[in-house]
Amino acid sequence: MTDAAIHLENLSISYGKTPVVHDVTFSVAEGESFALVGESGSGKSTILRAITGLAPDWTGAISVLGKPRGHAPDRDFAKICQMVFQDPYGSIHPRKTVDDCLAEPLAVHGIGGRDTRVKDMLAAVGLDQRFRFRFPHQLSGGQRQRVAIARALMLEPRVMLLDEPTSALDVSVQAEILNLLKKLRREQGLTYLMVTHNLPVVSFLCDRLAVMRHGRVVEIADVAALKTGRLADPYSRELYAASGGALQPA
Amino acid sequence: MTVPLLDIENLTVTFPTATGPVDVVKGISFSLGRERLGIVGESGSGKSMTGRAILKLIRRPGRVTADEMVFDGIDLTTQSEKDMRHLRGARISMVMQDPKFSLNPVMTVGAQIAEALVTHKKLPRRELQARVLSMLEAVRINEPERVARLYPHEVSGGMGQRIMIAMMLIPEPDLLIADEPTSALDVSVQAQVLDIIDDLVTGKGMGLILISHDLNLVARYCDRILVMNGGEIVEECKASELHQARHPYTRGLLAAMPRMDEDREELPVLDRSTWTTGAGT
Repeated sequence: MTDAAIHLENLSISYGKTPVVHDVTFSVAEGESFALVGESGSGKSTILRAITGLAPDWTGAISVLGKPRGHAPDRDFAKICQMVFQDPYGSIHPRKTVDDCLAEPLAVHGIGGRDTRVKDMLAAVGLDQRFRFRFPHQLSGGQRQRVAIARALMLEPRVMLLDEPTSALDVSVQAEILNLLKKLRREQGLTYLMVTHNLPVVSFLCDRLAVMRHGRVVEIADVAALKTGRLADPYSRELYAASGGALQPA
Repeated sequence: MTVPLLDIENLTVTFPTATGPVDVVKGISFSLGRERLGIVGESGSGKSMTGRAILKLIRRPGRVTADEMVFDGIDLTTQSEKDMRHLRGARISMVMQDPKFSLNPVMTVGAQIAEALVTHKKLPRRELQARVLSMLEAVRINEPERVARLYPHEVSGGMGQRIMIAMMLIPEPDLLIADEPTSALDVSVQAQVLDIIDDLVTGKGMGLILISHDLNLVARYCDRILVMNGGEIVEECKASELHQARHPYTRGLLAAMPRMDEDREELPVLDRSTWTTGAGT
């Protein structure tokens, strides 16, 4: 596969002796938004961690934009693929200002024009310039998640891995972040691989989804199937009922 | 309504800041019988502060003032710290948001639940143990004997939250304040935990204040809903009538939620300028 943004083949991941993900195969086309859903412990975040190199104990094949991914840290890889973590309260360095946080990837990769790039990026994620020299504890959750998204976008990657980007946020802020993610994807032609357990979010932001359970993909479906509730696997249907129930007013 | 369990009149919580005092809760009033009341709002709307103010858990430099704050005939505003300790846990208890941070990491689960009970009531050890195990069973934990010997890091998030609930309900309080009890949990576990709270609360005829940012969830589990924004109650309605809510803020929150059959290109975002009174700027 050459045109796939992310291609995983027979990917098995373990933490130490414990196998977590078993034989996962799927590909995400370029410009597509793909969701991994499932309960806690189903291995969905682990797949993202393996792709970025945070879970190096894997076998099988991972390729991103046609380039196979090795097990070692890879500086060039960071330029094409970046990750946004779940908890904006934990993923940003507490003793660095927003400015330091956003400029660091540029410094690491020796990219100049940091001042304007940081300013532009703050504007792109909808943060006022006055937030530039604040510390994370001076920001709200939604603002922090914007900083985390901005940091991931600093190197202008083409593939974004999103690990539950809105689960720590309020519904109204979630709407803002989802709109932002959708806008960024449209403007920059990004590919998203997103982990979530919130099916309505998938319905809003994604084109396809894979349902995972106990480290295996049980179903890959189109988002149209989700919208109409025509998921095939019994577990997916159960998940659908659990969140569909959460949506219907009593 | 008969005599309310909790009656709050003009409650204000103030924190000093570099730019002068800020009211995070601005003179709200409500009363609660033995019913399920939901408080909804975004982060920073003052909903948790309201919950904490009821238990007088707001520490200096924060200041709480109220014209009236009466719980079951007891005037909370005049209670000393020592008197409050007899109330907290025994009469009013609170389930916090994240079990990871609110359980003691160096005590076993069983010991923590027992502590919650012993603090308020002296019991023989055997009876204590039996109460703990039956409470763990009540929150639907399988193998309570085994779980009672575990430490908090050995249990999952959903189990941790159920343990918190067990701990809070074992002294059989009259009022339970649940502050975002499920926001750290999975969708599938969320429903289970809320069902447990619901069962126990209705079974024992307690009052419940469920604080959450999830409108639909509150609508499902409560009888009455208060919508808070910027420290004020902007709307009060019956849970069943939430979808006819009139205030633009409530309507905005409802619209901002993605639906399962989402076909909107963009989610409507709250236009904060239309009703906020320039708070915080």
